[in-house]
Amino acid sequence: MTRNIHPLLIAGTVLVFMFLVGPLIIVLGAALSDTTYLTFPPQGLSLRWFENIFQIDAFRRTIFTSLQIALLSTVIALIIGIPAAYALNRHRIQLPGWLSTLFILPVLVPELVLGFSLLKNLAVQFNSPIYLSLLFGHSLIVLPYVIRVISASLASFDFSIEEAAISLGSPPLKTFFTILLPNVRSGVIAAFILAFITSINDVSISIFLTGPGLSTLPIQLLAHMEQFFDPTVASVSVLLMLLTVAVMAVVERTLGLTFLAK
Amino acid sequence: MTQSLTLDSISAHYGSTQVLENLSLAVGEGELVSLLGASGCGKTTTLRLVAGFLQPTSGTITLGGRDLTRLPPHQRDIGLVFQNYALFPHLSVADNVGFGLKQRGISGDAKTKRVGAMLDRVGLAHLADRLPAALSGGQKQRVALARALVIEPPLLMFDEPLSNLDAKLRIDMRVEIRQLQRANGTTSVYVTHDQEEAFSISDRVAIMHAGRIMQLDTPEILYQRPANAFVARFVGFENLIAMKVVERDGAKITAEMAGGIRLTLPLEQFGAIPDSFILACRADGLQVTDNAAMEGIPATLGLRTYLGRAYQYQAETPAGALIANGPLTRPLDAGVTAKLVPVPEQCTILAPEAV
Repeated sequence: MTRNIHPLLIAGTVLVFMFLVGPLIIVLGAALSDTTYLTFPPQGLSLRWFENIFQIDAFRRTIFTSLQIALLSTVIALIIGIPAAYALNRHRIQLPGWLSTLFILPVLVPELVLGFSLLKNLAVQFNSPIYLSLLFGHSLIVLPYVIRVISASLASFDFSIEEAAISLGSPPLKTFFTILLPNVRSGVIAAFILAFITSINDVSISIFLTGPGLSTLPIQLLAHMEQFFDPTVASVSVLLMLLTVAVMAVVERTLGLTFLAK
Repeated sequence: MTQSLTLDSISAHYGSTQVLENLSLAVGEGELVSLLGASGCGKTTTLRLVAGFLQPTSGTITLGGRDLTRLPPHQRDIGLVFQNYALFPHLSVADNVGFGLKQRGISGDAKTKRVGAMLDRVGLAHLADRLPAALSGGQKQRVALARALVIEPPLLMFDEPLSNLDAKLRIDMRVEIRQLQRANGTTSVYVTHDQEEAFSISDRVAIMHAGRIMQLDTPEILYQRPANAFVARFVGFENLIAMKVVERDGAKITAEMAGGIRLTLPLEQFGAIPDSFILACRADGLQVTDNAAMEGIPATLGLRTYLGRAYQYQAETPAGALIANGPLTRPLDAGVTAKLVPVPEQCTILAPEAV
């Protein structure tokens, strides 16, 4: 079976792929370069810029902070988001339509505006600790992802299943954990991964909410770039990419990426 | 084990809309009562009130003398069978059936034995380890039935359990449901919009409309002697004719309808006939004849349709449009003038009301 494929279609496809993959290849190449400045194609091959990340104290600390903030904000968003998504779907008919939109607002507002207002009205106004402000900001921006993804898997959940369990003598809260959660497990995993990636890659919120003694990896990367132009920048980028790819691979293995595209 | 269910003056609202109005219903021990009606009549609301998923605005619900009205649903001990089966997708057939036992603290051998025995009874023992997704519709409904029965509830409730099955399976399953219900002697409430289904398996049927029970009786009485115009129409009395008695003569009466048309009706068939009444006839209860000498309702015939056992005519009469049947041996064409002769066995008398 052969099909006629228009040469322009092939050319277009190649261009799109180059556009998508090209920058990644350049960054990866630059990270592996043996030179002391950013260059592509790489001159000589070396892993020393990756070693360099872990030798610079600030990077070591911020990797840890980033992972910590990403994990904590994701957990907080799940604790708030799962019950919220449940309520929004369970009582969809009784609740006003704009309510679910309300929970998506943090991604609709430009993150810079959100970050700035959090700085002004939370960090400055109440003099709240930097770590808590940063955690709060991250929880806020990942919450919409959690609610969206969990809602998507709850949309296909038949709530009479829950009623069946209750009628058989299972109290409502227990039913939530034994019947509802296992059936939206894939949604919870997907929400976790999306939220985690969003938090660990975030710049716009973090740039306002980090401060003396506390920074995240992307922010540290920006600071480093202002002073040095060595391939460390590229190798940190590769590290972030690898982290994201690892996480996506887990999603792919458990659910398939098509799930996220929905 | 089995207990009687009583609903006493139940009213229920969704927001400001009243969905049940002062509804009372008593289901005897071991009895199967169907709630029958079109969607929006309040039958599912009634079931959900008894299950505890909705709260009545007033009235009480008792099961075997136990007041259920304010009891949370998980403490009511009622077996529920849902229209869409509502099986737990992540649990095997055996775990689905064993779920209620687990909630009652029954585990290990005792649980395995009861689940096994129940699966045997519904003929699914060989599928115990399957997940619900691997079952057919009929098998799913059997699992749902087994899951509700295994806890030996004092009350079983069915919410349109057969609506998602095809016609043939529906008939098999309803017989199976009735047999299991009879064998266990479990008091049951069965919600459906399918008249044939309700009539075929119920001890009594409550025909519901606009949040009220229009009539609660055995299928036989409902079918032959509806109590009011709504039920009469519901069970297929297509023709409702308002009449007034003009003469009483021993075993017969003569009554007049609109247009001054008179009919003679035998009292023995209808019992007492009030001075003003409604004559309700199925299409079979009005025989079409072109014999002008017969006593009947003069009519101009309209569209004729073929029913297999008879021809059916849309007829224009002085008493309005009526539907009547005529013999296959003598098809009559549209526009023909004929007589519609009431067959007392296929007719009934209703008290007058706004028809």
